[in-house]
Amino acid sequence: MPTDSANNDHDPDDSLRLPILKTYKLYIDGKFPRTESGRYYVPEVDGDALGNICQASRKDVKNAVVAARKAQSGWANRTAYNRGQILYRIGEMLEGRREQFTAELLRQGLPATQATHEVNQSIDRLIYYAGWCDKYQQVFSCVNPVASSHFNFSLLEPTGVVFVVASQTSPLLGLVAMLAPVIAGGNTCILLAAESKPLSAMTFAEVLQTSDVPDGVVNLLTGNPAELGQHFASHKDINAIAYDGADNEYLKTIQENAISNLKRVQNYQFDWTSDTCGNPYLIKDFCEVKTTWHPIEKISASGSGY
Amino acid sequence: MVLSMIDLTTLEGMDTAGKVRQLCYKARHLHDAVPGLPTVAAVCVYPNFVELAKSEVKDTGIKVASVATAFPSGNSSLPIKLEDVRMAVDDGADEIDMVISRGRFHRGDLQYVFDEISAVKEACRHARLKVILETGELGTFDKVRKASDIAIAAGADFIKTSTGKIKPAATMPVTLVMLEAIRDHYVKTGQMVGMKPAGGISSAKLALHYLVMVKETLGVAWLSNHWFRFGASSLANDVLMQIVKQETGIYQSSDYFSID
Repeated sequence: MPTDSANNDHDPDDSLRLPILKTYKLYIDGKFPRTESGRYYVPEVDGDALGNICQASRKDVKNAVVAARKAQSGWANRTAYNRGQILYRIGEMLEGRREQFTAELLRQGLPATQATHEVNQSIDRLIYYAGWCDKYQQVFSCVNPVASSHFNFSLLEPTGVVFVVASQTSPLLGLVAMLAPVIAGGNTCILLAAESKPLSAMTFAEVLQTSDVPDGVVNLLTGNPAELGQHFASHKDINAIAYDGADNEYLKTIQENAISNLKRVQNYQFDWTSDTCGNPYLIKDFCEVKTTWHPIEKISASGSGY
Repeated sequence: MVLSMIDLTTLEGMDTAGKVRQLCYKARHLHDAVPGLPTVAAVCVYPNFVELAKSEVKDTGIKVASVATAFPSGNSSLPIKLEDVRMAVDDGADEIDMVISRGRFHRGDLQYVFDEISAVKEACRHARLKVILETGELGTFDKVRKASDIAIAAGADFIKTSTGKIKPAATMPVTLVMLEAIRDHYVKTGQMVGMKPAGGISSAKLALHYLVMVKETLGVAWLSNHWFRFGASSLANDVLMQIVKQETGIYQSSDYFSID
């Protein structure tokens, strides 16, 4: 009911308004569930609480793997061109929200120059890998000379479901720089965001959800890497692990637990802001080489096959 | 328990002898990496594969169930349906899964449906008869209940929800209606009738839900494969994965379990 006392011409004083704090949830299978464990943690920057952040459990990892597995063949069977379009689309959507991401990075304690740089480079990195989607196959595949009448060729196939422990220091670029090459190669992935700086990752999930990325292709978790390490590393439905960090003990735990199904384990200790850290070899790191022997006649005049 | 209640099923137009052999092998060796697993209750095949399936599961205690009576539509004449049943029984089927004539049922020709089931029951001789209501085509719970009552009165040893060819197949509400029909019959006459939900039950968790419902509605007497079955093809692997996960503490991948 409108009352006479309401004065609609006058904006209430901003300082009287209580800000609405955002709840950051997980991103699994294209949806934003809370952690099934009901656990939360509150990272702080200089005494300023960033928010209630979901502390993902082993079961959340499991749910994310189920989603990633379900999405994998569909994603791998998209045309390379279409995967490129979608990666480009992520870049476009991120471009439109630059200011929000920059502000969020500042809140998480990054210096202003680095914050701007992170956002710009993240967008550029997405565009860069969008371009590689329909090119890496030509660069890394080959026709092999063999001593029989076979057309023998090798090409790359996605490894499958990849678990990424993203950079703890570069909350947006570190995430994007790993995510882009992994999905460019037709894999689906689960990313564990920086524990102390998780905001950018979960806002990035909103970008992903509005960028034509099929549900389950990228799943984002927040939580404690030490707690989850053994669980994702031993999970049999994960095919590869990327660990961005320099903790050798942690890497050892991952490697030991990864043995049961011979996961590919990659360790990166890059400064992602360097231009050389965007390169197609990162796509290749999450691909398997498949070689095919195709019987042929000897058809050329010189007597060779192909 | 769930594993021993499964009717491992292959009912495809493209079934071959090889496929049936493979299914029977799976029935005998669910997952050899885990010792001491039970076998499934039965394999469920088309009538022309009964003889083969019977020889493949010889001396294992695994039963051979065969669909019959112009499965899955049930649209044929009674003599042909009976011949279908006799052929399967002669070839050694231990159990017959028949379908009711849903068209007749919807027309209100309930007597025909009753007589047909009785006739098939007679043709089954020693084989146990499962009556498929195809609840997905019956429309309402009232009709499911009526069809259940007819089937039970006509001598069904089991009532079964679905062929697996129609969606929705087995659902929990529909299964509950059928379980209640069984319960009421038991209360009235003291005779037990079996239940087989089929189609769409593919996870261990869901199977557990069903078992709880059976126990709550009918009691522990029904918790054996003599009175309760799951008609399923992919349920077994999910249960196996849960068992291995329980033993090793590690989440499993379907990559390491046989496909059929």
